[in-house]
Amino acid sequence: MFPRSTFVFAAILMLTPFAALAQDAKPNDAQIAHIAYTAGALDIAAGKQAIAKTSDPKVKSFAEEMVRDHQAVNDKALALVKKLNVTPADNPTSQSLTKAAEAKRAELNKLSGAQFDRAYIENEVAYHKTVNGALKDTLIPDAQNAELKTLLQQGLTLFTAHQKHAEEIAQSMAR
Amino acid sequence: MTLLAGLTRPAEAARYTVIIQDMAFGKAPASLQVGDTIVWQNKDILEHSATARSGGFDIDLKPGKKGEVTLKRAGQLEVFCRYHPTMTLKLVVAKGSSK
Repeated sequence: MFPRSTFVFAAILMLTPFAALAQDAKPNDAQIAHIAYTAGALDIAAGKQAIAKTSDPKVKSFAEEMVRDHQAVNDKALALVKKLNVTPADNPTSQSLTKAAEAKRAELNKLSGAQFDRAYIENEVAYHKTVNGALKDTLIPDAQNAELKTLLQQGLTLFTAHQKHAEEIAQSMAR
Repeated sequence: MTLLAGLTRPAEAARYTVIIQDMAFGKAPASLQVGDTIVWQNKDILEHSATARSGGFDIDLKPGKKGEVTLKRAGQLEVFCRYHPTMTLKLVVAKGSSK
């Protein structure tokens, strides 16, 4: 089901964690659940880093929004997989997402003040764009279970609003 | 998205429901008057709030829950969600006559 070479290729690239999905690999529901949960958990980690580092109230409240909302959606996802008796399955896409996010976190950790704020918000715009694109083009269409599909769709609506909010903050930041 | 009108007897206080769904407030009731009640219904899986920008009310809405507010002052007011500041709704409240 998963052409190994495609995933390895994506893992090497790492810049495009969803490259494997964009190709012809069709993840199953256990893998889709894992990818969606991982994407949320990584944004929670990024938000916690921002809460600890920023002194801009706008950035802080955005980061708090990310932590709260992604936690709420992930709690829903966990409850759903439990109900469906599905065990989320780790996979190369989740792994490359995690690696890319860890690298970004280390990079952001070296910044401070307005430089950090801008880099964090810009990454939030890019990250939500990537994840939302993957949800829309791959994860939602490939999800087999109707309840999982619905939850992913709800997630996409919420995360699209996050992306819009991040874009607004990015625009308000003076260059 | 949907506006459900409650009691609509003209001279009496009315109840309206504003549904909050997909990270947005539903349509504002059209002819609000002082004394009317708005029921806020959160259909999202996230927590929201219906908060008056100028103070007056601040209703916390857990996922799937409702909360209500009775309008006490006439005028225009902006409502937003404390958790998602991009969510806003404008209300126009008329003085009302024989309440």
